[in-house]
Amino acid sequence: MHKENGQTLSALCEHMDMTRQAVTQHLQLLEDANLVAVVWQGREKLHYLNPVPLHEIHTRWIAKFEHGRLDALHHLKKTLEGPKDDNDNRKT
Amino acid sequence: MTTTTAKPSFVYVSYIQTTPEKVWQAFMDTDVMAQYWVGPTSECARVNVSDWMVGSTWEHQRLDAARTVDICGKVVECNPPSRLVYTWARPGDAADASKHSRVEIDIEQRIDGLVRLTVSHVDLERDPKMLEGISGGWPAVLSNLKTLLETGHVLPRAPAA
Repeated sequence: MHKENGQTLSALCEHMDMTRQAVTQHLQLLEDANLVAVVWQGREKLHYLNPVPLHEIHTRWIAKFEHGRLDALHHLKKTLEGPKDDNDNRKT
Repeated sequence: MTTTTAKPSFVYVSYIQTTPEKVWQAFMDTDVMAQYWVGPTSECARVNVSDWMVGSTWEHQRLDAARTVDICGKVVECNPPSRLVYTWARPGDAADASKHSRVEIDIEQRIDGLVRLTVSHVDLERDPKMLEGISGGWPAVLSNLKTLLETGHVLPRAPAA
């Protein structure tokens, strides 16, 4: 979903080593948490990553004090773990 | 649930404890916009200026001395307090409709008392650079808006990283 926003359930299942039912359940949880937004286009249900609630958490919990230190930690982790650990591979 | 004819490039949803009229006002009233329409990297607030009649132009203006216009477009639909649609273009592309994208704002009263605000951006792939800028901008603006409507003020902005 991160690579291509707005996919159908079938399209998402193609890249997933999971049953269609399992993917549906995961998506339902994400939808209930408003982390995935859904749009109907005719009979197709399209799924979008919804970053708005994450941004709310970010501004409420993190941004005020810890931005610099967290950036430094993240940078350190990335450097130590090397380029093989490409986070994009793990995202759906 | 939002139904649309074209496949949006982005869909942003926020549930806000307020009324549809207040959300609508936040998209019309430049005094309200000046409080929440601040992106993560921008130095100053921005406001959208128009008479909001269908067919009229609108401008996304910086609140600086020059009132720089970053984005402009035309009002496509205006149904208070539930749906607002406008086109979205760089001022240099204003005459070239093939480069315009479209913003659809839907405001929906839910039975649990919350308002579901959906902002969809359609046809953004016509301008890939814009797509990048948008995906940083809308989440910040919408989360500011939620805070403002629910608490009466916005959170202080993060210091530059």
